[in-house]
Amino acid sequence: MPEVSSAVSLTSVMLFIPIVGLIILLFLREDTQREAIKYSALATSLLTFAASVLLWLGFNTSQPGLQFAQRGEWITSLNISYYVGVDGLSLLLVMLTTFIMPLAILASFRTGVLEERGRQKLYYAFMLLLEFAMLGVFVAQDLFLFYIFWEVTLVPMYFLIGIWGAEQRIYAAVKFFLYTMAGSILMLLAVLFVGTQAGTFAVPDIIAGVQNGTINFPFDGIFSTQSFLFLGFLIAFAIKVPIWPLHSWLPDAHVQAPTAGSVILAGVLLKLGTYGIVRFCLPMFPEASVAWAPVVAALAVIGIIYGAWVSYAQTDVKKLVAYSSVSHLGFVVLGIFALNQQGIAGAILQMVNHGISTGGLFLMVGMLYERRHTKALNAFGGIWKVLPVFGGISLVITLSSMGLPGLNGFVGEFTILLGSFGSQYLGFFFTLFATIGVILAAVYMLYMFQKVFMGELDKEENKNLPALHWQELAVLVPIVILIFWIGLQPGVFFSSMDASVNQLVTQVTDVAASVALR
Amino acid sequence: MFEIPTLEALNLAPALPAISLAFGVCVLLLLDLLVVPKDRKEITAWLALAGIGVSFVLNLAVFNQTADAFLGMFVADQFSGFLNIVILVGAAISILLSMDYLKRTQIERGEYYSLMLMSVSGMMFMASANDLVMVFIALELLSIPLYVLAAFRAPEAKSEESGMKYFILGAFSSAFFVYGAALIYGATGTTNLPAIFQAVTAIVAAGGSPMFLLLVGAGLLLVGLGFKVAVVPFHMWTPDVYEGAPTPVTAFMSVGAKAGGFAALLRILAVALPSFVLADGQTTAAWQQLAWLVSAATLILGNIVAIAQSDIKRMLAYSSIAHAGYIFMAVAAAGTQGMADAAVQAALLYLLAYTFTNLGAFGVAMAVEKDDGAGTRLDDFIGLAKTRPDLALMMALFMLSLTGIPLTSGFLGKFVVFKATLDAGLVPLAVIGVVTSVISAFYYVRVIVNMYLREGEGDPAAGATRYVNWGVYAAAAGTLIMGVFPVVVTNLTDAVTLAATVIR
Repeated sequence: MPEVSSAVSLTSVMLFIPIVGLIILLFLREDTQREAIKYSALATSLLTFAASVLLWLGFNTSQPGLQFAQRGEWITSLNISYYVGVDGLSLLLVMLTTFIMPLAILASFRTGVLEERGRQKLYYAFMLLLEFAMLGVFVAQDLFLFYIFWEVTLVPMYFLIGIWGAEQRIYAAVKFFLYTMAGSILMLLAVLFVGTQAGTFAVPDIIAGVQNGTINFPFDGIFSTQSFLFLGFLIAFAIKVPIWPLHSWLPDAHVQAPTAGSVILAGVLLKLGTYGIVRFCLPMFPEASVAWAPVVAALAVIGIIYGAWVSYAQTDVKKLVAYSSVSHLGFVVLGIFALNQQGIAGAILQMVNHGISTGGLFLMVGMLYERRHTKALNAFGGIWKVLPVFGGISLVITLSSMGLPGLNGFVGEFTILLGSFGSQYLGFFFTLFATIGVILAAVYMLYMFQKVFMGELDKEENKNLPALHWQELAVLVPIVILIFWIGLQPGVFFSSMDASVNQLVTQVTDVAASVALR
Repeated sequence: MFEIPTLEALNLAPALPAISLAFGVCVLLLLDLLVVPKDRKEITAWLALAGIGVSFVLNLAVFNQTADAFLGMFVADQFSGFLNIVILVGAAISILLSMDYLKRTQIERGEYYSLMLMSVSGMMFMASANDLVMVFIALELLSIPLYVLAAFRAPEAKSEESGMKYFILGAFSSAFFVYGAALIYGATGTTNLPAIFQAVTAIVAAGGSPMFLLLVGAGLLLVGLGFKVAVVPFHMWTPDVYEGAPTPVTAFMSVGAKAGGFAALLRILAVALPSFVLADGQTTAAWQQLAWLVSAATLILGNIVAIAQSDIKRMLAYSSIAHAGYIFMAVAAAGTQGMADAAVQAALLYLLAYTFTNLGAFGVAMAVEKDDGAGTRLDDFIGLAKTRPDLALMMALFMLSLTGIPLTSGFLGKFVVFKATLDAGLVPLAVIGVVTSVISAFYYVRVIVNMYLREGEGDPAAGATRYVNWGVYAAAAGTLIMGVFPVVVTNLTDAVTLAATVIR
């Protein structure tokens, strides 16, 4: 393990830009400088994005390990360090976060509920805090540091839902808080146990130790120390993803959150869970991962079909989109527990895809809501005739979400299905049922699109909807561009993670295979 | 046999921080009576703060030495040094919180500050007590002023009830403690903690009635101190006393008495009785099982009953019971051989974290409270974020810290305590700890919900006067600094070794 420099790295710079922006924000005055507050938040998030682009450009795709890493002393007596860096597993998710945030902030400019409830400074401050915490989760390489960021994401999201949400916001916010906290505090025990056993909290050191046998979490069957540690982490992640049957907080939180909140929840926060599984569960507990793979994958498949089914039954557009997340994230989990190159690479790309397309769908729902002040499916119809540009963009996003070839969703889902089919731990049936999920996705997505945009323009209220504002266009266009880019040129994105995924797969399967031989 | 000890033999230097404060109390009483004019009692408060400052500086000066005073009855080491910091910081913030509150509720009397300092000096003696007799004296010095302070709002019935209840139950618990000390003396022939330690091994090997005396004695000590720190099943007095006492007194009691009680508990268990096992070859002390059960019961009861409270002072009372349970986890962990130091360090960190956070929470509660003692319902916090965004923000911080969310001191405390518990092999207790933490989120978050999420007429928080604000700011700063830069305090606790005191 090469020594990691303690000099300030680009990762740290990017990580702390939102905090600097947050501090600047705190000095602005709510009553007189409202525009300045908005634009400084936007500028901060754009600056963060710029920094992440520098990461992307400077990233060496052939190297599997950490890059732009930094390791400094923090709490030496407990072997806890400030350790950050990116590798192929996290780079795309960092990019996703920095990409979604400016869009979410820009979308907030035209959100009515903000004008109505006020406290805009607090709102944008929470947005920046949330960006900081989410980026922190993706770049942290120390379990303690990771746990801190993980828990901190909870606080701003709780407030975003609770203060600026819809009617049931308090219920949704408290449920979100308690659900997530229940999972993560179990993870805290697992973190403590791992850290104490390993003598360090640095994840690369722990993984290296697991590889060369100096750190051993005893494993002898699906109920052993290692399995309990694995589950301690997995349950926390599963709640966040959410894996069926731990999903019941999601529809409430998504539907009650303000538009930007839903976009960030669906776009980034859910990925913290799937990312956590890839980053921590698999390489630290390889035997348990292999042993539990069929169980978790089965839950994922149930989630795929369940989510799709329930989506179709919804009469509220936002709820429909919310449940579709359960289904889509099921694919990601299935891909991860295929435990092979295609499955995991597909899963990571699908995380990005879902962030873009479901984020896009929530933006779309938000814009509809701003115009009509309802989210009921049957209140719409024939909207395409009134808003042709919006209809076209929405069609692209919808098709991307259901996985049309040539757009981004297809690439991810297809690779995941390939991976699960070829996986030595899963089998044909997993792929079969997941494929049914793909078909169902087409059903509910097209159903929604048809109800909202097509058909007769028979409702008086729908006839004079205002056209898209340039700010709204500026939010949607980057999403459409990315949808096509990933769909047509997926190789660019796969190549950034191939080396790291390859290393991860070897780490898991080697250790697992050596157990099988024993 | 009894010679009059010379001044050199007493070796007073290490005890100077505590002595200076005790001396300060006497001076303060006189000054208050003779010099300070009746209508300007805040001068007494400033003098009290100055006394605390002097003691604090002296404490820093002797921080790194380990030495005896009073012929081995008193010991100054890093353990007591750190606890003195906790106690003095807590006392200083409490005084800041008290100044305007006393005035606006018209109970401003100079004795208040003298009583408070007297109790503080009791706590400091407690932290350094190295002999059961000394512990007892310190315990009384700590408690008696608190009984008076709890009833300081007399003739209001609630406050009188509070003082009376605290006094009677406190007297009971002292009796338990003395009886326990007597039994231990009977078993070992000494009251000196290191000497008890040396006697224990032989007694355990011999077995028989001395062993029985020791067991019962240790149990009674736990009962006596359990009352002071308010753990289940000795917690019954807490909610009533906390609710009835004037709020700054409650704040002070909830952190100070706890620090003192845990100081004695940890020192007795870790210095005198760490090797007290029931049979040869066991690696866990005899009292660990008991501590384990007490801790688990405290966590479960405190956290669950807190949910049902609608009054902020009662809620914080049950929450303080719950937090005693978390610190007791560390006490239980100290029973595993080789874990004593790590567990003691964890308990110390938790105490400091809790001191900052809880004082802050009480400070905000005090700001919302009306002059007649009303305004302590949880519903009184509705809309506070609109009327007083600064106070609401800090209250939110304190609530998150009590829940144990990262970047606050509460998280650091829970982290080290859970770590110690796991390392000591008490996995079920650690699981109970985390599960109850989730439960606690429910009632702490409710305060945040009221402040930020519920619509309503905001309370003007008239009690948030300058000094209360200072106190709350100081508490918030402590909470954040401990959360973000734990090194600042872990550097101090890393040096704490109670085992070293034993070897001497």
